[in-house]
Amino acid sequence: MTGGPNQNGDTSGPAPDSLMDSHGAALGLVVDGSLSQGVEVRLDPSASVEDVKVGAFVTIRGDNNNFFGVVTDVSLGTTDPRLKHTPPPVDNPFIAQVMSGAVAYGTISVLPNLIMPAVIGDDQQGPSAAKTIPPHFSRAYVASQRDVEAVFGKEDQRHFWIGSPLDMEHKLCIDLEEMVKRSIGVFGKSGTGKTFLTRLLLVGILQQGQASTLIFDMHSEYGWGAADPENHRFAKGLKQLFPAQVSTFTLDEDSSRRRQSPFDEVVRIGYGEIEPEDIEMLRETLNLSEVAASAAFNLQQKFGQRHWMSKFLALDGRDSIFEMANEIQVQPNALGALHNRLNRLKRFDFLVESANQDAANRVVEHLDQGRHVVLEFGKYGRDLTAYMLVSNLLTRRIHNQYVDRKEEVEGGQGRDPRPLVIVIEEAHKFLSQSVASHTIFGTIARELRKYNVTLMVIDQRPSGIDSEVMSQVGTRLTCLLDNERDIEAVLEGTPGSRQLRTVLARLEPKQQALIFGHALPMPVVIHTREYGSTNSYEQLSRSAAGWTPPAPGDAMETQKERLDREISELFPEDG
Amino acid sequence: MTLDGSRPRRVGEVVEANSASFTAQCYNLYDAPPLGCIVRTGSPEVYGVVCRIATEPLDSSRPVLARGENAETEEEVFRDNPQLTRLLTSRFEALIAGHREQDTDRQYLPGLPPPVHSFVYTCDPAEVARFTSQLDLLRLLLNSGPPMADEVLSACLRGAAATHTDPKAFMLRAGKALAVELAGDLPRLNSILKKVSP
Repeated sequence: MTGGPNQNGDTSGPAPDSLMDSHGAALGLVVDGSLSQGVEVRLDPSASVEDVKVGAFVTIRGDNNNFFGVVTDVSLGTTDPRLKHTPPPVDNPFIAQVMSGAVAYGTISVLPNLIMPAVIGDDQQGPSAAKTIPPHFSRAYVASQRDVEAVFGKEDQRHFWIGSPLDMEHKLCIDLEEMVKRSIGVFGKSGTGKTFLTRLLLVGILQQGQASTLIFDMHSEYGWGAADPENHRFAKGLKQLFPAQVSTFTLDEDSSRRRQSPFDEVVRIGYGEIEPEDIEMLRETLNLSEVAASAAFNLQQKFGQRHWMSKFLALDGRDSIFEMANEIQVQPNALGALHNRLNRLKRFDFLVESANQDAANRVVEHLDQGRHVVLEFGKYGRDLTAYMLVSNLLTRRIHNQYVDRKEEVEGGQGRDPRPLVIVIEEAHKFLSQSVASHTIFGTIARELRKYNVTLMVIDQRPSGIDSEVMSQVGTRLTCLLDNERDIEAVLEGTPGSRQLRTVLARLEPKQQALIFGHALPMPVVIHTREYGSTNSYEQLSRSAAGWTPPAPGDAMETQKERLDREISELFPEDG
Repeated sequence: MTLDGSRPRRVGEVVEANSASFTAQCYNLYDAPPLGCIVRTGSPEVYGVVCRIATEPLDSSRPVLARGENAETEEEVFRDNPQLTRLLTSRFEALIAGHREQDTDRQYLPGLPPPVHSFVYTCDPAEVARFTSQLDLLRLLLNSGPPMADEVLSACLRGAAATHTDPKAFMLRAGKALAVELAGDLPRLNSILKKVSP
């Protein structure tokens, strides 16, 4: 009596129960495919097409390797093309049951992204990019927690739990250490959860402690938190979760006071700190011609960096401006326009004739202490000119300091500066094709981590970002986008972008994001981890409990130490 | 096979055999097993599915004549012509659906057909359930050629289903197997499925 798999013949197909513990539910068999297009899996009659969703993880057991992939398409197939012209009498439940799965069946397209040895255990043999596909009739399974962990890593100091894969409870982690090595992009239409996703990433970076962050907080929502109208509650900010590690700077202390957001420093910027490059970047927002903007360079040449702005603004009346135009040999009307536009900057209270403290230095000092800095813009957050001016100006000066220090390290002096992640919003304004080449952000994005500074760009119009800059964004997290050009811009240069496009266009408008790039071994759609409930705050701060701030002077050299060292180098007899 | 669950019995013996089928003559007139029934003959056993039942004159050169013109009832015809039962015989043809080899069911043709004069038995339900736990016989039956192959097949499945502990599940499995075989001929598949639909 060895007839068939089952004496009573009561099951359809072999049930691989023995494999269930290491794999999820069986899906079907590989029947077709290619490396470029992905493999086609014919679903078992027991697996319904309705249960398999685009973006879900699948493991395929090859002969010698396991393949880990993602569902990129779901389709219906028939063994006989005539079926669609003369459908069977499916009102008979028996016939319907027989037909489904046998004559009419579901297929899924799976893009195998990674290849893993069949036996996991040796750490040396982690998942690697798939350079081949599983053979015919390999069995496909829904990925299990073990598979997900083997691929994305377990939650630990290096791996941060960002969410869970679609339709799975498993924790999906991203590799923060890899993530902060390159620039990061967070994209999505407004209201799709960019801010929450960014908060989570920042919490992750804070917990991990490998890098500092400087957040140009346009809408004052990262430092002290902001209202979460969707859930009718107040989402806490970083300062509330990690008071000891976060410093808040503000441009608008009145707004901070009104919101009862405690701040550590008030930022004031002297006219002397504004450079012609800053004006050039503001050309579009100030509606200045190229000639007018470049006149600032002539002024700088004439009066020197410290005084060009204050002296120029002190000019009064058309005649004196025209006189000046003749003197520095620029077109009088252009200079008039420049004067007119720069006068507008006077309404910013944070701009002063001369600031008592150098804001950039203060920021760097806080960063050196291993703290994270949030710069709240208050009412100026509504003014793009103010946001761009301040963030560009501060970033340029901070970046210069990092470059100096890094070069000293290369010369065998000092210590490596602590890696810094600069967070900017409305990134397409800074990184559009016309200005990316002039602004410091374009420079940072292009030079990668050479000087230990990377960007986190948050934007809703990724198509506005220069493609050269975009190609340098290492890890991209994107919530729903529906504009064709935006989708194209985000996926540009990514392997398998054709398949990802389907996935991206079908994201849900809330709490879902497609993540791909350096921090992950393969693209993945996640359901973002909860942020906002009491429980979630507890979890987020608890996992940070193991974090220890870097011992001062241990990993990097602070501003003061640097000064001391330079003095002792200059005057060795004093030491 | 005895659908009513009665014990297997000897119904006749092989009078003609070839590689694909054998013909048996019944010991009693009108005592052939029904269409689609699974029968066993020979040693080692060869299994067949009854596909054509015929009652005909023993001597083919002497055709049967109508005799009841003046009789009131059909029984009266036989009472008036007692020789009739001796001149008629029931024969049935069975398509070979498999055989047994070293205690294993093989659902393909045996090397040799059963010898003539082998006794033919019906099978008990357990034996039918065992033999139909594999469904490779469906392909043999589908491709057997007789114009009624589909009828035989559906009758066979209906009978076999009753012997399984879960007839519905068996029928579903058989239906799926048929769907694979007839993937390119949906009208034929539909017509068989309608016949076996519970």
